Order: sequence, then C-alpha cells, then structure tokens
Amino acid sequence: MKRSTRNILAAFIVLIASAGMIWAGGDQENSGTAKSSNGEEDVIVLQMFYPVQVGGPLTKLIEKLASDFHSVNPTIVVEPIYTGNYDDTVVKIQTAIQGNTPPDLFLSLATQRFSLVSSDSIIPLDDLIAMDGGDEYINDFLPGFMEDSFVDGKIWSIPFQRSTQIIYYNKDAFKEAGLDPETPPKNWDELVAYSQKLVKKDAAGNVIRWGVGLAQQSGSAQWQFGGFCLENSKNGENLMSDDGKKVFFNTPENIEALQFQIDLQQKYEVMPKGIVQWTDLPGAFIEGKYGIIYHTTGNLANISKNATFDFGTGFMPGNKRYGAPTGGGNFYITKGISRERQEAAWKFIRFATSPERLAQWNIDTGYVAPRASSFETSIMKNYYGELPQAEVAKEQLKYAKPELTTYDSARIWRIFNDNYQAAIIGDLTAKEALDKAQAEASQVLKRFQ
Amino acid sequence: MDMAVFSVYSFPKKDRLVKNRALTSQQTKKRKQSWKRDGIACLLLAPSLIFLTMFTLIPIVKSFYLSLMDLQLGMKKPIFIGLDNYTYLFSDPLFWKVMGNTVLFSLLTVIPSMVLGLALALLLNMRHKLTGLFRVSFFSPVVMPMIAVASIWMFIYMPDAGLLDQLLKSFGLPGQIFLQRSDTVLPALSVVYNWKEAGFLMIFFLSGLQNISTEMYEAARIDGARKFTIFWKLTFPLLMPTTIFVSTIALTDSFKLVDHIAMMTEGMPNNSSTTLLYFIYQNGFTYFNQGIASTLTVILLIIMLIAASLQFFTADSRIHYN
Repeated sequence: MKRSTRNILAAFIVLIASAGMIWAGGDQENSGTAKSSNGEEDVIVLQMFYPVQVGGPLTKLIEKLASDFHSVNPTIVVEPIYTGNYDDTVVKIQTAIQGNTPPDLFLSLATQRFSLVSSDSIIPLDDLIAMDGGDEYINDFLPGFMEDSFVDGKIWSIPFQRSTQIIYYNKDAFKEAGLDPETPPKNWDELVAYSQKLVKKDAAGNVIRWGVGLAQQSGSAQWQFGGFCLENSKNGENLMSDDGKKVFFNTPENIEALQFQIDLQQKYEVMPKGIVQWTDLPGAFIEGKYGIIYHTTGNLANISKNATFDFGTGFMPGNKRYGAPTGGGNFYITKGISRERQEAAWKFIRFATSPERLAQWNIDTGYVAPRASSFETSIMKNYYGELPQAEVAKEQLKYAKPELTTYDSARIWRIFNDNYQAAIIGDLTAKEALDKAQAEASQVLKRFQ
Repeated sequence: MDMAVFSVYSFPKKDRLVKNRALTSQQTKKRKQSWKRDGIACLLLAPSLIFLTMFTLIPIVKSFYLSLMDLQLGMKKPIFIGLDNYTYLFSDPLFWKVMGNTVLFSLLTVIPSMVLGLALALLLNMRHKLTGLFRVSFFSPVVMPMIAVASIWMFIYMPDAGLLDQLLKSFGLPGQIFLQRSDTVLPALSVVYNWKEAGFLMIFFLSGLQNISTEMYEAARIDGARKFTIFWKLTFPLLMPTTIFVSTIALTDSFKLVDHIAMMTEGMPNNSSTTLLYFIYQNGFTYFNQGIASTLTVILLIIMLIAASLQFFTADSRIHYN
C-alpha cells in the first residue's frame, strides 16, 4: 500500500512538472538564436507563416526560396510554416500573436493591413526601407499594387504574391459556337451574347457547358464584385474609401452591377443557379464545363498545365470602363520581436522581392510580379514568348484597383458576402441586399471613424 | 462508523467502558486507514480535478467575465459594459436566426439519429451470418474524422457532377443545389450528421439490448406475446436508462457539431446554416470579437445546463432500472 502511494505521488509530481514545462516551453520557442554547427557565430532562425490559395506546388517553391536565401545568408534560417488558406492564416497569426508566440514575418492578404495595424501586430517598414533600398526600391513597385501597403502615410507591407482577376476562355468552345477564338468579350453586352452561344445542352435538356462562371462563395464574392463595380462606376469609384473607414456598397451603379450578375443566372441562364464555388471553377473549366470563367491570375500555371484544349485570357469585360480588382499577399514583419530579428526578416523580404526572384515566382505560379523591373528581365521576356496568355494580367493592371479593404475586414467581408448571397439566392433584391450591407457595415466601422 | 456507534449502545452497561475503549482504539486504526484511503482517492482524482479546473471551470468563469466586457480586435484592454453584449445580441436579428437554425438542426438530428441508432442496434442484435460485416460497416462512419466525412459528402452533394445529382438525373429529375439553398442546406447537413451519429448511438443501444436477460424474452414468448408487443412492452421500457443516456449525448453532440459546417458551408448561404457553435467560432476567430464570443458561450452553457437538468430531474426519475 505504502509503495503504491509513493508511486502515485511520484507520478503526480512528474505530471505537474511536465505541465509546467509545456507552459515554459511556449515562451522559449521563439527566443531563438542558436549556435551554428561550427559554434563560431550565431544563427538566427526566423519563422514565417504563409498561405496557399491556388493550385500548384507552392509549398515546394517557398521552401526553395528559403533555402536559396540561406545559402546566400548563412547566418539566417527562414522556416516557412504552411498555415492553410488566407483566412486560416489570418486566424493563426492573430492567435499566435495573442499567445505571445508570433511568427517573425508572414505573408498575408494586402487587405489585412488595417486590422493588423489596429491590433498593433505589425511594424511600419519605412526605416528599414530607408536603410536598405529606399525610394529607388519602393518606386519600382507597380502603383496598382503598392497602393494597398499604406496606412496613415506609412508603409506596412511589401507586395509579393499579387494577383488580379482575368477571364479564361475555352478557344475550342468558341470555335464550336461560331465565335472568333482570338477575341474574348470586351464588354458586358458581348459577355451575355457570347455566353448564350457557349451554353451547350444534351438531348435531355441538361446543360453540359455553361457560358460563364464567376465565384460567389463567401470570401470570393467581394473580390470579383469589386471589379464589376469599377467597370460600372462613373469615375472608377471603389467599394471603399482609401483610409478603410467607409464603404460605398449601395450606390446605384453597384446595384446595377449586382443586378447584372443575378441576370446572368436568372434571366439569361448562362451561369448555373445557386452559389458558384471559387474552388470548383478552375477544375470545371479544365473539364470543359465552362466557356468562360473569371479567376485569379494565380491559377494560370495550373490551368496552362492541365487544360487539354486551347485556352485564351482576356481583360475582365468592361461596361462603362475597364476595371479589375487586385488581390493577393504581402510580406509583413511582426511587432515585438528584437531589432536584430526584424532586420534579418527584412533581409529575407528584400531577397524574395528582387526583380529576378519575383519574375521567377510569376513564372512558377502565375501570380503577377509586382515590380516594374521584373518585366525587363530576360526570363520574363522568354516566358511571355512561350505563354502569351500571361501578358494580359500585366496590361490590365492599368485599370485595376485594390479589392475591398477596411478596418475589421473579416467582418465587413462577411457582411458583404452574406447580403450578396441573399440577393443571388433570391432572398433579397439587389437594392435591399446592398442597402442592408451598407447599414450593417457602417455600424461596424463607426468605432474607427 | 455508524455500525460501530450503534453496537456500542447495544452492549450491557457494565461492559460499556471496557468495550468502548477497545473500540476506540480500533476506531482510530480505522480512521487512520480511511485517511489513507481518502488521501489516495484525492491523489487519484487530482489530475482530473486539475484538468477540469484548467480547461472547464476557469474558462467558464473567464467566459462569464468577458461576456460583460467589450473586447474586440485591436483593443488592448477590455472595457466593462455590463449586460450590453446580451442586449446587443437579443436585439440582433442574426442572433435569432442562428438560434432558430440551431433548434431546427437539433430537431432534425436528435430524434432521427436515435431512431436510426436503435433500428441499427435491433438489426445487429439478431444473429446471422452477416452480423460481423454489418457491425463494421455501420460503425465505420463513427471512426472517420468529421473533416473526411464532410469531404465525401461534399462530393455527393456537388451540383451537377455529384453522386446525388447523377442519381436524380438517372430518374429524369432535375439536379439540385442542396448546399447552396437556404431551405435545403440544414436538412442536407443533418443527413450527414445522422449518417455519422447513428452508428455511434447504435453502440450504446446495442450494449443496452445485450444487458436485457434472455429469460424475460423466453417468458414473454411462452405467454404468446408477438414480436411487436415484446418490443413495446419489454425491450423498449427496459432500454429506457440507455435511451435517456443516449438522448443526452445526442443533444449535446448536435450542439457541439461544428466541423462539417465549417468545412461544407461556412454558415452559407446568407447564414442559413450558421448554428450557435459556428457563430461562436466566427465571432471569436474570424472577427476576433471576444466579448460577443464569450457572451454566446455563456448563452450556450445556460441552454445546455437547462437541457441537462430537465433530463436529470424529470426523465431520470421515471425510468425503471432493473
């Protein structure tokens, strides 16, 4: 009996001790400068969170980027940590920061900057830029992309895997429908006319190919819709103010744009009814189930590798003007890490955003290189020679503006998406939905004004 | 101990002192032993107690505390606002929509999954060649992770190319978009849940069935009772303790289940499939509004407490334990 009591006591003490170690371990994990193998100099180990939102072997590419960087900078190791899609990544970053185990740097949506600044999670990069690169470096970034790095006049993020939406179209289907495979639709009227011709039904009347597809699920709808709103705007007014404190959802032009999308499904019947999913579109396009799809340039590599037919790309068809939303991920550096680590993180960002690296990233993934000088590199010129479809994205950037970006962005996105969907499935009219979205969003944004 | 005291008074008076002294020393010995026994019991319970405190009691207290605070993304410190979070939620139509969804989802899952579980258990309780195969196949959904289950069912529900639409088309019926319509999304999700949960509940029913002694059935059969009567008059009442237990599990599970909603619909379309727990997740981890998330947690807790005590105080007293 006595011995068993002692054993239990001992086991209990071990349990308590190990629980204590888990607690303590949480803080130690990140404190990390470790001795390198030769024991002479310290190696800084940086953790980087990154998302994958598109098809293709992105994980391998990012690990290669990190190991290439290490071979040039032997004292710094960057550990890329895959954190799901963009939404999951935001959750993991915020949770890690609240738990005092933040990553040193991370890739997240450009649209996250207001939220990240307001939660005091990131540092402005101006003095790091001034130390290394300066204006010469920053001015090389395309204005369409650099635009959404600013909060209150400071730079908080560096564009990296940036994208925009374009249309992909099936040239074989165009030929079959009697359309010119070299001219994609240029405006909304042509979009409807072409799509009606592209719809193909079997003997029983079931649709086997739809005219057009655009993503409407939560988290994707606001992206393509931003483009439609720009196309229908008087002077290129966006869905929100530049300072991220106001939204303009229910303008007459935007209500028209939403009604047009509803008409594609209900009136012209060129698109499947219900909510079309972002992730389903590229696969369905590759299988020949759509004549035209709206999707990210980030899927170019995936589609060009897997499509068995000839495909073309084009601008998002305009209405009053051309328009497209930019999107994609930027680099951020976390607040609260040592200056030494911040500088190391900056070194990595500079390395990853060199013109050649960005050009290579563009070629490997389809994301658009955000620096002008990337397009002057020989690898990029060769690439355009081989895959002319890629050039559309860069050309369209002249008409592109940032996607919906505000404070408390996750909530504003959700508010927009819920009401947008209510209109798509017929619970509300286009006007009712956007009025409601406007009212709810204004309520949330009040606290930042 | 009571026995010892009682025996003291039952002895004749003159022996009492002597006996008493003897008993006292015996008592102290016993007391020592019981101390030791209680000490060991405490030690054995301590780990659970510590974890219960760390992961249940402290979070409950903290949730309650935070539910009285305004704490959103970007706020350094919580601000005390009393019951404002509650009044905000009670006046928010979205909250009532979510509550409605939650109740509807429970209605669509608790009773059906129990009936299905009982039916499967009765089927498996009969012995024949394929019992083993049936047991494995009915139980396999239970051991599958919910995320995998959700992925499989997403393919089944996929518009056009999905299994269900193909099936409908083969009968000449039009394809449906079950997960993208506000009126079909919850029933569609509850089918997935029932499919998974029934096998789990079946296990409890099966063990309940096998605890009923065969003599009773024999007696009933000798008396000439028919199968249906045997089930209603004998099996079902004797299964009552199991049924009560299972209903508690089924109800808490239906409130608890969130992974397939996160995976399959994310509460879409237009919040038609947002249930209470997903709403908590959304407020806590998508909007990082900890005040509202805590308030919702407290509401969930109160609902569960009411449900549990109803079951405990009313249903539990009416059943026969054999």
